[in-house]
Amino acid sequence: MKIMYFAWMREHTGCAEEQLDLPESITTVADLVEHLRQRSPGHAKALSNMDVVRVAVNLSYCTLETPITNGDEVAFFPPVTGG
Amino acid sequence: MTIRVQTEDFDMAAEYRLLCEAPDGDIPGAVVTFTGLVRDRHQGEPVTAMTLEHYPGMTEKELQRIYDEAMARWPIRKATIIHRVGRLMASDQIVFVGCASPHRDAAFEAARYIMDFLKTDAPFWKAEETETGINWVDARDSDRSALNKWQKS
Repeated sequence: MKIMYFAWMREHTGCAEEQLDLPESITTVADLVEHLRQRSPGHAKALSNMDVVRVAVNLSYCTLETPITNGDEVAFFPPVTGG
Repeated sequence: MTIRVQTEDFDMAAEYRLLCEAPDGDIPGAVVTFTGLVRDRHQGEPVTAMTLEHYPGMTEKELQRIYDEAMARWPIRKATIIHRVGRLMASDQIVFVGCASPHRDAAFEAARYIMDFLKTDAPFWKAEETETGINWVDARDSDRSALNKWQKS
């Protein structure tokens, strides 16, 4: 699985993207968030408040309940500010 | 249809002329364009430059989705969405939306619809450079509430 972080989330995690071999116990975005929080204090900080984080699976917006599999690309980012 | 995400500047007059050329040879009758510029202040603090980051792949997909929804809702002959990324200076052009249609109402509404959804759904982020450092811009509640007017009753 490819995991991506954008804007201030990337600054907290210290990486723009990382690879993860998805454990079988992880089946949803919410499970993944809980797993990633254990990776580093920066990850825990970036993912501390999911109310201000948006998630996309395979380039489409999704929710914490969205199911995921090992071949997916999951991106975490703050609310967008373009235009 | 034109959707572009690019670092280079764009020529508004050239984009307008392209919108005037209807694909079937008909004159569109109405062309509405919007251009967004980099502000030189944010909440009272001077801004010298900003860097626009985006999510390549998803950005284009979201812009396409917004474009398709606008085309399904109004009789638009032709539309253009251009968004710049990278480092921009105050007063630089950031975004262009243009819509050509037989009459003005559809062109005005479609252009506004595209801009409103671009602001809340297209994955771009601004980091502003000020005298005190570089700050990520926070999303505005007013951008989200602007979508309420497009709810279908």
